[in-house]
Amino acid sequence: MRIKFKLNGRKVELDVPPGRRLLDLLREDLGLTGTKEGCGEGECGACAVIVDGKLRLSCLTTAIQVDGKEVLTVEGLARDGKLHPIQEALVETAGLQCGFCTPGFVMAAYALLLENPRPTREEVRAWLSGNLCRCTGYEKIVDAVLLAAEWLRNRDG
Amino acid sequence: MRKTGPVEIVKPRDIAEAVRLVKEGGRPLAGGTDLFVRIRKGIENPPFLVYLGELPELQGIRLREEGAEVGAAVTHAELLRSPLSARVPILRLAISALGAPAIREMGTLAGNLANASPAGDGLIPLYLLEATVRLAGPDGEREIPVEEFVLGPGKTALRPGEIIRSLWIPFPEGKPLSYFRKVGRRRALVIAIASLGALIWLEGDVIGKARLALGSVAPTVLRPRQVEEALVGLPLEPEALRPAAELLSRATQPISDLRASADYRRKVAGNLLLDMAISLSHRD
Ligand SMILES: Cc1cc2nc3c(=O)[nH]c(=O)nc-3n(C[C@H](O)[C@H](O)[C@H](O)COP(=O)(O)OP(=O)(O)OC[C@H]3O[C@@H](n4cnc5c(N)ncnc54)[C@H](O)[C@@H]3O)c2cc1C
Ligand code: FES
Ligand code: FES
Repeated sequence: MRIKFKLNGRKVELDVPPGRRLLDLLREDLGLTGTKEGCGEGECGACAVIVDGKLRLSCLTTAIQVDGKEVLTVEGLARDGKLHPIQEALVETAGLQCGFCTPGFVMAAYALLLENPRPTREEVRAWLSGNLCRCTGYEKIVDAVLLAAEWLRNRDG
Repeated sequence: MRKTGPVEIVKPRDIAEAVRLVKEGGRPLAGGTDLFVRIRKGIENPPFLVYLGELPELQGIRLREEGAEVGAAVTHAELLRSPLSARVPILRLAISALGAPAIREMGTLAGNLANASPAGDGLIPLYLLEATVRLAGPDGEREIPVEEFVLGPGKTALRPGEIIRSLWIPFPEGKPLSYFRKVGRRRALVIAIASLGALIWLEGDVIGKARLALGSVAPTVLRPRQVEEALVGLPLEPEALRPAAELLSRATQPISDLRASADYRRKVAGNLLLDMAISLSHRD
């Protein structure tokens, strides 16, 4: 089928089977490999993206489900060559090691801060419960999200 | 999906077309958080899927005087953001324990129900509130209680071509206390070892009426009515509820599986009732 959607602010239109996974569509058809495949079954969060402002797992989303929608991936966060504050904060707190899980955490944190700009540590932890990281032990990732929340609040007044 | 190549999916324009496509053998698809996983694991291989998630007639939550009608395409996250979840705390408690944020953003309450898992967290409030299921099918519409809709693990009363149109959730009378807890290993994602939801109406210092619903301890979510009756007249204190907890353990029909043995599940069920008494009597 012919599907049209907005990807990181740009219109895309392509012919794909309606049941093609959004994950494959992004990585293979469109060459955006920032979105990662961990489990392929909804358990790890590595494939998380934002669709119409809401967090989704691209491994459990198909092409037909994003037709006409706005999709945001980790590639769409940087502005004018500058990392997004969530990404900056992860660097600052050393919230990543191998980095495989990082795009998923970044997108999950992005969705959290859209909904709740002032989360508590416990709320951040609970929110990130759908993302797995085998390296960091999570605490520095939580630190980063709290730091990014503070930066964003200062920036956006 | 990767194993079998992309699955065929069609998007109907309205309920009538959806019903026709499902009658032809298409499988309803809402959020896909159950169905895509099962297809990927090779547990199921439906000929094609009928995507209901964006059908206009299945959207939205309509609040009425006596209850709320929840469209079959309403996601868990939408429910949590709606005034309904503030009005009915048991719904909020159970649904916020279901999966993680992305799963709640994608998955629907109707999908959770149609999946008919004895571990389905969303089923607990539906049983407690005595919700009904509004169905649309080739022979028109009908409405049946949730307890008659779920027949066994993965088995429902859906007839060929029928889809869930909405769920009717009656508001409970008065102001019952609400309790929900699931015991599992990893908080957000685990499908429970056992779970207990409860609505407790106090009369003075004692329990005037109680509804209990247990997950993962029987082939379907369980309403142990003899235990509900045994609670009437008792103070809401763990010591007083000990015999009822034992009765509850005996009322369960758990299985042993990879997650827990039947004996352990039975014990957990009884302990959850004591935990309920502790946490509700310490409320402020
Ligand atoms: C990582 C992960 C964690 C999870 N954690 C939990 C958890 O903690 N607790 C829990 O209860 N569940 C959990 N689930 C299961 C799942 O997310 C829920 O059951 C969810 O509510 C299913 O809804 P859906 O819209 O995604 O259903 P789908 O996958 O789209 O459909 C599920 C079933 O319902 C049928 N169906 C859907 N809509 C209709 C309709 N309108 N009419 C007729 N049939 C219909 C489908 O044909 C299918 O058989 C988890 C799943 C994953 C992947
Ligand atoms: S790859 Fe999608 S959740 Fe793991
Ligand atoms: S940094 Fe390696 S998995 Fe998270």
